[in-house]
Amino acid sequence: MKIILEQLLNGLTIGSFYALIALGYSMVYGVMKLINFAHGDLFALGSYLGFTLLVSGSAYATVTFGIWGGMIAAMLIAAIGIGIAGTLIERIAYRPIYPAGRLPAVVSALGASIVIQNGIMVIWGPRPQAYSSQVVPSVILNIGGIKITLMQIVVLIISFILMGLLFYIIQKTTFGAAIRACALDRDTAALMGINIETIIFFIFALGPALGGMAGVMVGMYYRKISFTMGWNYGLKAFTATILGGIGNIPGAMIGGLLLGILEMLGSVYISTAYKDVFVFIILILVLIFRPTGLLGEKIAEKV
Amino acid sequence: MKLNKNVNQKNSIFKNWLVILVAILFIILPFIINAYWVDVLFFFGVYALLGLSLNIVLGEVGLFDLGHMGFMAIGAYTTAILNTTFGIPIIILLPVSAISAGAFAWLVCSPIIHLRGDYLCIVTIGMGEIVRLTLNNNPFGITGGSNGVYGIDFPSFGSIFVVDNSTKFYYYIWLIVGLTIIGLVNLQRSRIGRAWNCIREDEIAAESTGIDVRYYKLLAFVLGAGLAGVAGNIYASKLMIVSPESFSFMESCMLFCIVLIGGMGSIPGVLIGAAAISLFPEVFRAFAQYRMLIFGVAMVIMMIFRPGGIWPRKRGAFEFKPLLMKAGEENG
Repeated sequence: MKIILEQLLNGLTIGSFYALIALGYSMVYGVMKLINFAHGDLFALGSYLGFTLLVSGSAYATVTFGIWGGMIAAMLIAAIGIGIAGTLIERIAYRPIYPAGRLPAVVSALGASIVIQNGIMVIWGPRPQAYSSQVVPSVILNIGGIKITLMQIVVLIISFILMGLLFYIIQKTTFGAAIRACALDRDTAALMGINIETIIFFIFALGPALGGMAGVMVGMYYRKISFTMGWNYGLKAFTATILGGIGNIPGAMIGGLLLGILEMLGSVYISTAYKDVFVFIILILVLIFRPTGLLGEKIAEKV
Repeated sequence: MKLNKNVNQKNSIFKNWLVILVAILFIILPFIINAYWVDVLFFFGVYALLGLSLNIVLGEVGLFDLGHMGFMAIGAYTTAILNTTFGIPIIILLPVSAISAGAFAWLVCSPIIHLRGDYLCIVTIGMGEIVRLTLNNNPFGITGGSNGVYGIDFPSFGSIFVVDNSTKFYYYIWLIVGLTIIGLVNLQRSRIGRAWNCIREDEIAAESTGIDVRYYKLLAFVLGAGLAGVAGNIYASKLMIVSPESFSFMESCMLFCIVLIGGMGSIPGVLIGAAAISLFPEVFRAFAQYRMLIFGVAMVIMMIFRPGGIWPRKRGAFEFKPLLMKAGEENG
């Protein structure tokens, strides 16, 4: 029982990373119908930005704001930095290609992804970097026999706050309604007086900003980061997006959390080596029976 | 009818000259360049074959397939395992690996073929990853885990002729690419090719004109996978080793780029795309660690200035014009 609970918590932690990254994919896809392949690498860039602030450069953020303040500051700065990077990518790599349809944008996105990944390698070096324990406290708590690290609690709290905040923005505010309207039908939304440019700007800033924060948290949780990790997390998060139903905000959250839990359960009860195989088989099974994901709506085909 | 024939002949004569010129260039090339570049051109050939195979699925039918390396892996491992365990000659395994990759495609694609666009995309990614991870985990101790299978023979025709050096491999791959191109050009002009393009342009319209969409989509996957299996066979016999890292998601993405950089459904386009992907990193080797950075930038710039690809296919223009002229002739 204890093992199950511990693993569920681990799964939930990983799942919350996936969910945060998946939100970026889902928002961009919802409005632009574009798979932002560079998103995973933006996440990795966020992780490295946090690394620079917290560890290298004489732990600037930690020295200035203290351990906890430093972490919060690093996350905020990473969010802003990656948000700017996301909008820049949209301006440079995607905007000129929109008129040509969806497929060229895929190649452009892959190109942008390669640029970011290799940019990280050139700047920070090809070797994996580590968030040292001086800046990230490693405390293991024991709550009723269940072992949980302090970092895990912090990560869970922060990611749930972020997800709740985004959910509120998307579902309850006027601005969120505008985003949802664009996702439904961009042209009609424009006719209703919604400024599409602003919406595009915000989704390309907001999504990567969440990804950047997830990047810093992954660094704090696993401690080890590498320049290729964007692809692994990006692929998982994209899987989560599809699992929940692409373009659907609650779907991305549920898909991410579910994927994390499935992965952990798979690695405990089946085998660590086959956990990803298990995850992908579940995904394929879900799509066979629900072709638009768990929460995805059935889209009527236009004739 | 007369007019129709004339136009076609003009076109084919011009094309034949171009094709013959390129073919001659390819035949004499190994005598001019050194062994290193012959090897580079060999891998260009492998990428061209893979690009052609993905072009059937992505270019002709418009199905997003980002797990194409999985099919190649099936072909390569079929060759590797059957050759090292049972000593079956590589040349016999060539059709065997094609059939096994095709059968695998049929098996896994049958239940998912009804998925649309991005959902199909993620399922093919998942399938490719399942293949790679399974091979990596050494099921039943036959795939050798992350070390792979090694000690694969060279292709040989009896004991008379053995393909054992770079130049011979170069001719071997390009012979197969050439035969494939001839086959695919004919396929493009056949009923099947037209049905595929019809599905790509408008699936519902295709279905309503009596095209069995499911059958043709599966056919595209099976044919594409079979060709990828052939590429896997040749790749395995050239390197003499196969390991799971060669079939990563990144490689599948590169194949996707080959088709889109060249131009969807265009065979010369695929060759250009394959050249861009396989030769670019070699040409820019001097830039060392900045090489891939430049590569990414080039991909973005390429798509900004030529979103339709370098050599897009112009089917409508040259095949329907004679028909229209004929119609005008009859009316007037």
